Amino acid sequence: MNKATMDLWVGIFVTIGLGAIVFLALKVGNLMSLETKPSYRLEANFDNIGGLKLRAPVKAAGVIVGRVEGVRLDPKTYEAVVAVRIDNGYQFSKDTIASILTSGLLGEVYIGLEAGGDPAMLADGQRIAKTQSAVVIEKLISQFLFDKASSGAPAK
Amino acid sequence: MADVSFGYDRRRPVLRGIDMTIPRGKVVAIMGGSGCGKTTILRLIGGQLRQQSGKVVVDGQAVKELTREELYALRRRIGMLFQFGALFTDMTVFENVAFPMREHTELDEPLIRDLVLMKLHAVGLRGAAQLRPSELSGGMARRVALARAIALDPMLVLYDEPFAGLDPISLGVVGQLIRQLNDALGITSVVVTHDVYESLKMVDYLYFVSDGRIIWHGTPEDVRHTTDPFVRQFVDGQPDGPVPFHYPARSYEEQLRAV
Amino acid sequence: MPSNSIARGVRRVGNGTIRAISRAGFAARFFLAVLYHSPAAFHRLQLTAREIYFAGVLSLVVIMVSGLFVGMVLGLQGYDALNKYGAGDSLGIFVGLSLVRELGPVVAGLLFASRAGSAVTAEIGLMKTTEQLSAMEMMAVDPLARIVAPRFWGGVIAMPLLAALFSVMGVFGAYLVGVRLIGVDNGTFWGNMQAGIEFWPDVTNGIIKSVVFGVAVSLIAVFEGYDANPTAEGVSAATTRTVVGGSLAILALDFVLTVFMFRGLGTV
Repeated sequence: MNKATMDLWVGIFVTIGLGAIVFLALKVGNLMSLETKPSYRLEANFDNIGGLKLRAPVKAAGVIVGRVEGVRLDPKTYEAVVAVRIDNGYQFSKDTIASILTSGLLGEVYIGLEAGGDPAMLADGQRIAKTQSAVVIEKLISQFLFDKASSGAPAK
Repeated sequence: MADVSFGYDRRRPVLRGIDMTIPRGKVVAIMGGSGCGKTTILRLIGGQLRQQSGKVVVDGQAVKELTREELYALRRRIGMLFQFGALFTDMTVFENVAFPMREHTELDEPLIRDLVLMKLHAVGLRGAAQLRPSELSGGMARRVALARAIALDPMLVLYDEPFAGLDPISLGVVGQLIRQLNDALGITSVVVTHDVYESLKMVDYLYFVSDGRIIWHGTPEDVRHTTDPFVRQFVDGQPDGPVPFHYPARSYEEQLRAV
Repeated sequence: MPSNSIARGVRRVGNGTIRAISRAGFAARFFLAVLYHSPAAFHRLQLTAREIYFAGVLSLVVIMVSGLFVGMVLGLQGYDALNKYGAGDSLGIFVGLSLVRELGPVVAGLLFASRAGSAVTAEIGLMKTTEQLSAMEMMAVDPLARIVAPRFWGGVIAMPLLAALFSVMGVFGAYLVGVRLIGVDNGTFWGNMQAGIEFWPDVTNGIIKSVVFGVAVSLIAVFEGYDANPTAEGVSAATTRTVVGGSLAILALDFVLTVFMFRGLGTV
């Protein structure tokens, strides 16, 4: 085993090792998506965000257009204020609706955006006016039971 | 160029009150039974150990007080031959001898090559340059280690049991080499050994160490004529004398009786 | 008599503790010394490259084959468990996360400790026993700079690369089993995986872990070799300590790092 061969093997090893790291970063993780694109920030208020987490995706028509950047509670209105970061490439009208949705039954929680018809677009730092809070299962069930109870005898 | 004088050394009382002077250009042997502290003396000279008390002075420098850089500078002028050679097993013979040159000098490869071949030639192993230490016999390995020890033309060479485990021919070869190199290169040699015959053939002066102290010292001539019981036992190879045959134990009768 | 043996027992525990602490102190100083001499290891890149070869390249086969098998098992077991909840499509993300976050660094680390770590310990211990380290010292070359530091850095550099390769082979193994064998949809497999695994924190934390493990194992390996008793039994005991100590260190550090890194996940 002379020096030249050894160096060659070391070179190969380091190359494929770094390649593996790159592979993991790109293919397995999702490094290239969204990390380096220019983006702008929007806010939205919700009564209840349910299971929405930081870095949850923001989707429009099922396509990821951004990420949840921050969540805090407004101490005056007791509403949840969610900050999202949207790719510069996507513009949304001022009457866009932001809803908190779940993908599938047990899936992750995300924010869905439905654009409206307003020709004016939301700019950096502005607020999405129309929001729909998360569906909380317990409330749904109690609502259902309440309805059932109030409709009562007249079976339908 | 080694002018060493020890005072009282007490490193886990291995050596006690050693006073030794080694004049320049001479070959001096330090003899004694196994485990009496001979190798410790070498390590004190080389600065690998630090004595508790007394002074170790090499070429006018007190070894204990040197800084790391100074100690390393001193070591570059000292060559050491370890018991069984201590060659670097992952390198060839050539690379072993070239090691000190490559580490400490800025010489370029062709020059190093010439120097290495020269040193190997001096010990008679120029043809073995590409072998690995595992392919060498004991005697050859010892000689390569010797070539490595003199690679930088040191002023002082320390030999730790250079004759241990060698066949008669190799014994003769190593003994001769030590003497020849010492005279040819004008160096000083300190040889730690218990091989009486080979030492008497080539050394200028001897020190006998037993139990951490210097028992006796003198020239080879003195050795032949001395009546000191320890020296006589050592030189003549008597099983019993000042160095007892029996390891200290209870009386034989007692031990047999106690079942 | 009983009080005597108790006293003896206590003394032994005390002595043992003192010895362990002083050894730890020695190890700490040793670590600093190795770091101090590290620039030398990089000046002579050849030395370190050689150690990367011995630590990394020679571990390639073990790591990659193990990764493949672990991945395949993950695929099988994972699918079986996920399918019960109708989440078979999540196989990709399950396998990916397991490997990248945990199994890659940890298992590769354990394999590394056994294979490369013990080899380094044995090598240094043997050099100590045959007085090669002493000889080097007497030739005014510091063995810490020439022998120890390159081996330490060789291990530190090789570890993350090996962990990444392990994870990649694992994902590939799971792909073979999941997509080819079981029939999970190819696009779903990769798509869900990509959607669920983030470069930061998942992949980067995996890398950080493997670097930390590399430092720990390499340090233990060179230390045990340097500190070994210069006898046959001594070297053998030292290699055992490297494997055992290195493995335990990896598992313990894994726990600590996981707590710190992934504590925030699952909460807002």
